[in-house]
Amino acid sequence: MPFKRYVEIGRVALVNYGKEYGRLVVIVDVIDQNRALVDAPDMVRGQMNFKRLSLTDIKIDIPRVPKKKTLIDAMEAADVKNKWENSSWGRKLIVQKRRASLNDFDRFKVMLAKIKRGGAIRQELAKLKKQTVA
Amino acid sequence: MVAFRFHQYQVVGRGLPSAIDEHPKIYRMKLWATNEVRAKSKFWYFLRKLKKVKKSNGQVLAINEIFERNPTKIKNYGIWLRYQSRTGYHNMYKEFRDTTLNGAVEQMYNEMASRHRVRSHCIQIIKTATIPSKLCKRESTKQFHDSKIKFPLVFKKVRPPTRKLKTTFKASRPNLFM
Repeated sequence: MPFKRYVEIGRVALVNYGKEYGRLVVIVDVIDQNRALVDAPDMVRGQMNFKRLSLTDIKIDIPRVPKKKTLIDAMEAADVKNKWENSSWGRKLIVQKRRASLNDFDRFKVMLAKIKRGGAIRQELAKLKKQTVA
Repeated sequence: MVAFRFHQYQVVGRGLPSAIDEHPKIYRMKLWATNEVRAKSKFWYFLRKLKKVKKSNGQVLAINEIFERNPTKIKNYGIWLRYQSRTGYHNMYKEFRDTTLNGAVEQMYNEMASRHRVRSHCIQIIKTATIPSKLCKRESTKQFHDSKIKFPLVFKKVRPPTRKLKTTFKASRPNLFM
């Protein structure tokens, strides 16, 4: 299969290791084979190794090494934040974060909800079983 | 930014004033060292080879660290160096692409150690310069001078995000494609 996600100027990537873990950054320029200059609206532009980045499907249209303002405008125009939060990858991450931040009372509520859902599923299954037997 | 092993210092020194020479000439040198003490020592080493002055009859007037003016801009650095191999001294010119000069110098030391087995104390930096893209000589730096650069990451090893989550055995083989 050919490659679909390329390292290019304007590619949005997720940081998957290190201090900036979990942040969405934009590849602004390529330093050499292993490093890229990355930028995000709320961080100082810096270099990052590709090993710390997971490329996403999102790409924005920016010139090489844009000014901070042009970067922010381009990200708004391409609506990166919403595209990310509606993608299946983005949604999974949001759910993971929510689950990690539950307190004990929330976990209790989740337990009750799971029991209720299990009960409803089993009722439907029992009904279907009765139909096939009969 | 990761701490650099090599810092750039500017050392200014002169011979001590004496009866023959009331105002000796002041010399300034820019050099790389791991710390200030080593920078001063290197300063006297180089100055001894150029002028008739030693640390015992000279004084360091100032030592300042030089920091990168523009650490967010990618530059092509050319480094001229003199190194000692097992059979003699050689000159070399190397090019590196980096955001800071200290980073490029560190790359240079690492590359000399790995490619030529030259340790850092056998390397003398003659000159460094930022090279505009047109004048770069090495193909390996010139290949990144493309404003529409695009390449796929072919082998994607997935790492656990913290070393705590590292395990020796995994349940299934990882997917290395993107």
